[in-house]
Amino acid sequence: MKQALTGNEAAAIAAKLARVKVISAYPITPQTAVVERLAEFVANGELDAEFIKVESEHSALSACIGAAATGTRTFTATSSQGLMLMSEMLFVASGLRLPIVMANANRSLSAPLSIWCDQQDSMAVRDSGWVQLYCENNQEVLDSVLQAYRVAEELLLPVMVCFDGFILSHTAEPVDIPGQAEVDEFLPPYKLPNPLDPCRPVTMGPVGVPECYEEFRCMLQEATRASKEKLIEVGRAFWKHFRRRYGLIERYRSNDADVLLLTMGSLGSSAKDIVDSYRKRGEKVGLVRVRSFRPFPVKELIDALGSAKAVSVLEKDVSPGSAGALFLDTAAAFINVKRAPLMLDFICGLGGRDVSSLHIREAVRAATRAAEIGEVRKAVRWLGLREKLVGLRI
Amino acid sequence: MKLTPGAVITEPGSTTRYQTNGWRTFRPAVDSGKCTGCGLCWLYCPDAVISRGKPPGVDYRYCKGCGICANECPAKAITMVPEERG
Amino acid sequence: MREELVEEELFAPGHRACAGCGATLAVRLALKALGKNVIVANATGCVEVISTPYPETAWRVPWIHAAFENAAAVASGVEAALKSLGRRGVKVVAIAGDGGTADIGLQALSGAVERGHDFIYICYDNEAYMNTGIQRSSATPFGAWTTTTPVGRVKRGKDRPKKDVPAIIAAHGAPYVATASVAYPIDLIKKLRKAAATEGPTYIHIHCPCPPGWRFDSDKMIEVARLAVLSGAWILYEIKNGRLNVTIKPPKRRPVSDYLKMQGRFKHLTDAEIAEIQRTVDERCRHLGVG
Repeated sequence: MKQALTGNEAAAIAAKLARVKVISAYPITPQTAVVERLAEFVANGELDAEFIKVESEHSALSACIGAAATGTRTFTATSSQGLMLMSEMLFVASGLRLPIVMANANRSLSAPLSIWCDQQDSMAVRDSGWVQLYCENNQEVLDSVLQAYRVAEELLLPVMVCFDGFILSHTAEPVDIPGQAEVDEFLPPYKLPNPLDPCRPVTMGPVGVPECYEEFRCMLQEATRASKEKLIEVGRAFWKHFRRRYGLIERYRSNDADVLLLTMGSLGSSAKDIVDSYRKRGEKVGLVRVRSFRPFPVKELIDALGSAKAVSVLEKDVSPGSAGALFLDTAAAFINVKRAPLMLDFICGLGGRDVSSLHIREAVRAATRAAEIGEVRKAVRWLGLREKLVGLRI
Repeated sequence: MKLTPGAVITEPGSTTRYQTNGWRTFRPAVDSGKCTGCGLCWLYCPDAVISRGKPPGVDYRYCKGCGICANECPAKAITMVPEERG
Repeated sequence: MREELVEEELFAPGHRACAGCGATLAVRLALKALGKNVIVANATGCVEVISTPYPETAWRVPWIHAAFENAAAVASGVEAALKSLGRRGVKVVAIAGDGGTADIGLQALSGAVERGHDFIYICYDNEAYMNTGIQRSSATPFGAWTTTTPVGRVKRGKDRPKKDVPAIIAAHGAPYVATASVAYPIDLIKKLRKAAATEGPTYIHIHCPCPPGWRFDSDKMIEVARLAVLSGAWILYEIKNGRLNVTIKPPKRRPVSDYLKMQGRFKHLTDAEIAEIQRTVDERCRHLGVG
């Protein structure tokens, strides 16, 4: 059934379709509608779940941890400051290997306070041991939440489904809502191997002494690496059930491209339009969109970017004192590869700054120029920056 | 030992593998003649090493020698004696 | 009552608590009172650290530790999960120290009690951050030395009174709130059983002397705890549906100096300072109807 849904609604409906048993969340712009919709589903009896209306995001994730440890399918949603308040518990959730799924409507971080979109929030917690998926549109939001449970439960890893605040969270698009029976077939009920249960007492979250702590971290790293294969496998199963295809990355007219754009989230769809306009003029420009940022698709990116002459990364985050996180990881992917493309990083769209077609074209032009001269003069740049306001030449 | 994902411990009460008797400098000695079997020593032991009974049994594998039992015994049936050099 | 207590120890020996630890005795007695059908959510702190050095655990009941400030929130999640699974007869128990309760965990506790989860929250109060080595918490009593309320020329121990957490929880309208002491195990066990039989959020605040932190010999742990009650420095009461009832009334109150003088953390106090503490204790005892 097709219906016009915002990203928030798509996330809430996906959680309902997944038959989550415990929801624990706290409202925050721009995620609020996720919480509201789920509260309605529970109030109407459409969803048989406990919704814990917690007093903070820290408690939201803490309660999810308790519920997931007791063996129930759990869901939470947040944004920005909420994700930061959760951050301590993000590491605990992955360390305890609990298959919690979270929807994160990407929003910038204070200060100064900004409710608008960028991806600095989830990028700031990229080392928390959560699988991170970034969605291009609202269909992908719904589909990714369903896939997330499969990956989470089969590998005992928490998964964060990220979608751009306002741009997706508040924009309605036609979304195909799968039937409950189909979803039940794709996503069967699950059993945690060692839940909290008086019939078989277990201890969870003990003190990890130095003789074993490193091994537990390694096990988390290995499980996260294994989640690459799992994401592909679940993507294939999803195709079989729902006829929509998902992988770790999406390649768009990239096979023969000399110049590539690399991005994540809703910027993917804007960039596709630009790619089309270059292609119309016969210029070999393409796009690669990273869907899975954690696990980072190293091999897939080497394949997809390796034959291009230059790559412009467009990203809505920055690691002050370094560069954007997507650029850094992509550059690192090529560290032991003989033939690597030139790479440029464009920090853009922070705090809701519009990324226009002009900006994206600027990134294409810069990559084209680098390809022509065979070098990159300035690797990290800002797009759409009002330089006069900064008072510096950036 | 193979580690469990998430560091879950599936063997309840497994601290009993670790004996805390080496911490002790004094050990409780029970005078069975004086003991009334009131069970206070059993109730008050933070390490659960005293069993109920008259006289009570002391599990010297785990007794840390805190001395609460001796201090609390209303019949003065427990004394703390220095641990022999071992 | 003593006879009907289970022989089985649900908190196993071999744990790494200091000799004469009041907090571990509180846990042991609480589990004796509650039995096996519980799930424990434990905050970071002494009890958590001494009981679970991987791959060992002292717990013979299901137990989870997630962080310091969130035992009540984790317990909320466990309780909601049990409800969603239709599991009945399992009581959820949050356990935290005074730091994890009165300070860093107060928000999560307040939230969980307000939401009305069916759980018991146990605070083992050893009156400072003992796990990190005796730093003051808001539950440290007035005048006490700690490493962060040192006794110097200008400041002399903690200059603020102890935060009254049971009153805060009672103000939430929790159906059952009680204070307890490890020196009065039968009173403690009765209260835990009442809490277990109550539906909704209940709160038990247990006074647990800490020999190294309070500076006294380990064999005196119960004696110190008892003197706190006999002097009125710690009052044993329960608040059932808003009505307060003192459960242990000392026949004739001992001077508070008897209690203070057993402990090195108060050894700097002058007679005038002790008299000041006595006045506060008298006032509170009058207020609660203790002789």
